[in-house]
Amino acid sequence: MIKFLHLFFTRYCLATCCIFAFWQTAQAQTDADALMIPKNYFCTGVVYTHSDWKNYWEGTFKRSNANIGTLSSNAFTVVGNYGVTNKLDFLFMAPYIKTNASQGTLKGQSGVQDLTVGLKYLAFNTEIGKGLFSIHAIAEGSIPLSNYEPDFLPVSIGLHTKNLSIRGLANYQVGRFFVAGAGQYVFRSNITLDRNSYYTDHLIYSNQVDMPNVSNVLISAGYRSLKLNVEGIVSQTTTQGGFDIRKNDMPFPSNRMNMTTVGGLAKYSFEDITGVEVTVGGNYVVRGRNVGQSTNLFASVYYILDFSKKTK
Amino acid sequence: MKRLIQNISLLLTVTALLASCHKAVVDRTTLYPALAPANIDLNADSWKPVLIKDASVFNVPAPDATTSPAYVADLNEIKAYQSKLTSEQRATIKYWSAGAVLRWNEILRDLVAKHNLPPYQNADGTYPIPSAANPFAYPLFPFSNPPYAARAYAYVSAAQYDALIAAYHFKKLYNRVAPYTFDANIQALVPKSALPSYPSEDAVVSGATVEIMKLLFPGDIDYIEQKEAEQKQYRIMAGANVRGELNAGESLGTQVADVFAARARTDRAGKAIGTPADWAALQTKTTARGETFWLSQESPLRPPMLPLFGKVLPFLFDTLTVAALRPGPPNATNSDAFKKEVAEVLSYSENPTREHQAIVEFWADGVGTYTPPGHWNAIAADEFVKQNYSEVRWARNFALLNMAEMDAAIVCWDTKYFYFNQRPTQANPKIKTLTGIPNFPAYTSGHSNFSAAAATVLSYLLPDRGSKFNDMANEASLSRLYGAIHYRSDIEAGMVTGGKVGQYAVQRGKTDGAGN
Repeated sequence: MIKFLHLFFTRYCLATCCIFAFWQTAQAQTDADALMIPKNYFCTGVVYTHSDWKNYWEGTFKRSNANIGTLSSNAFTVVGNYGVTNKLDFLFMAPYIKTNASQGTLKGQSGVQDLTVGLKYLAFNTEIGKGLFSIHAIAEGSIPLSNYEPDFLPVSIGLHTKNLSIRGLANYQVGRFFVAGAGQYVFRSNITLDRNSYYTDHLIYSNQVDMPNVSNVLISAGYRSLKLNVEGIVSQTTTQGGFDIRKNDMPFPSNRMNMTTVGGLAKYSFEDITGVEVTVGGNYVVRGRNVGQSTNLFASVYYILDFSKKTK
Repeated sequence: MKRLIQNISLLLTVTALLASCHKAVVDRTTLYPALAPANIDLNADSWKPVLIKDASVFNVPAPDATTSPAYVADLNEIKAYQSKLTSEQRATIKYWSAGAVLRWNEILRDLVAKHNLPPYQNADGTYPIPSAANPFAYPLFPFSNPPYAARAYAYVSAAQYDALIAAYHFKKLYNRVAPYTFDANIQALVPKSALPSYPSEDAVVSGATVEIMKLLFPGDIDYIEQKEAEQKQYRIMAGANVRGELNAGESLGTQVADVFAARARTDRAGKAIGTPADWAALQTKTTARGETFWLSQESPLRPPMLPLFGKVLPFLFDTLTVAALRPGPPNATNSDAFKKEVAEVLSYSENPTREHQAIVEFWADGVGTYTPPGHWNAIAADEFVKQNYSEVRWARNFALLNMAEMDAAIVCWDTKYFYFNQRPTQANPKIKTLTGIPNFPAYTSGHSNFSAAAATVLSYLLPDRGSKFNDMANEASLSRLYGAIHYRSDIEAGMVTGGKVGQYAVQRGKTDGAGN
């Protein structure tokens, strides 16, 4: 039974779920699950994400805005995942994003956003009772791939920070059922604006913005078989500082953007290991602060290639 | 398990490293040096004030004799502070030593940005109007939009200037030396000045400012008075003034500001918001001329911003001149010239370059900012700090700049509501904007009026900067075309009118006795 469980770690490609729960914060689901790709296997694919919101929070005040209507984002993200060893994966992703406001005069923006690269390490695994317990460590970095404008929220395609993050993930699986929990801390660099003064809770005469760091915790649980994976995910993202949008003010990159999302995803593999894998999923912001109450839906197709020397 | 512990400790080490390399943001205004005037402008009592006629009518009693117990007690207060200065108090000295006029100008810019938020709509789609009588209730008073802000900067700067001229009269009359000169045991923690110290010029500036601010930002008086108290304490801690000099200065500043406050109460700005009947009349008048009238591009439709601001009393000329400065009409809606202009705006909307986006953002000065006049105050401040001006020259130059900005707002608003024409997005809804669209008619561009007026004044004050300010004004004006919120003719006409308004300030500057 336990041996069978081990197979699950070397089963799936990555499920990238770009969350655009306001100001286009891309997050990958794959760095938050307990799945590893085997050594010398490479998985690549494209994720399509649609996100939209009509209501948003100025601080804790929830409202709609007829000068925005529905703010939607559509993104295509190229993703890849390579098994350096059976215990170490290298991953990357880069989205192209286009935003649009359905009402008002604000022009949407589009462009290639940030490149994220990461290492995912299976740090520890052991058998506990009838199940398998594992701990993973994930380190990621991201840098903007283009000189997009972060200071035109909510239509900006991103916040233009350089990020470094670490995440710890614990997973426990019994039979085909699992629960997992993860905690992440994201260090964000300052950003540079095109203007040389801005107001937070006072005027600051600089083109540099101190971007508060961000933490994330999530819990997921679900069903995993060799071909099918279905899970539910609850996630809480918290900005460690920042300020609230005042009533009827414009949003700003260093706002205190918090959100709780509830969602899920399903993955299906058509072949044993190599071959096509599809993922669909989505989530919804149930609670937020200085973010849009977005619905995010994504669908992806991956292809897994075997680069190991052995031939079939 | 040991491996796991190693891994975790490695992660923690990396984390600690990352946390420590976060760079602090440096606000450039914190780097301004202490004010050390190259010339104390001792003849400033003979400069031409804006409103006051005769400085000697104000009540500034003779200072305590230097032999009096009151003066000795004042000196001892300084010594007590100086014997145990905390690092926080030293930071206060460093902050205020950059200059009273400069720091109060910054405080005003801060309050303008804080209050530059259009009210959120009522449930029925109408908009509430901020009330000076109840400034703490939502919507907070004031909504410091560009005309409101231009007027605020002008009143504060002009009142500070007149108050300093009056202060110079009494300084020369009483000829009291500064505490650090009088008493060898008192350190000068700011650059020494030969200017007589009674009444204190710093307190004159704060007294005038606080009094005007009670009218302009009545909800922030606690904050403003706290700043005033901090500034007074700074002068004492720095050994630059005794308390008696500060009290006399504050009193004089208040008296002079009352002259300005009386004018402000009757300058017609209070009625600039108009009535629903006024708003409707703008439409009928435009239709009667056979033209398309302006419609708010906001939803729900917001009443036009301060449609009667063009009736406000200017500082630099009379109301007849306002009408005389009004440019001819914009291109008629059915003209080919207009169609061409709309097409040009559309092309900027459809093909934004990153460079244009940056220019649009740099000059946007929209909601939640210190507005275009505030931006020009910030530009001026960055330049003035290099000039080692005296406080009175700082005030005079800001007064020239800000009277020009206020009068440019008046002339511009008069023009906007005289023609009441549509924005590009109304003419062609395919036009999407690269910044927020202001809630008033297009012709002429406010940015162009403000920028040309400011650049004209600053180029006069600082001729060695060459075309710098005019280049900036051109860029600021064009940013509104790149942003797809103005036609080219709004900009061209606005630049011409703004330049003319600026010239009135230059003429005043040439004859006010201050020299360049």
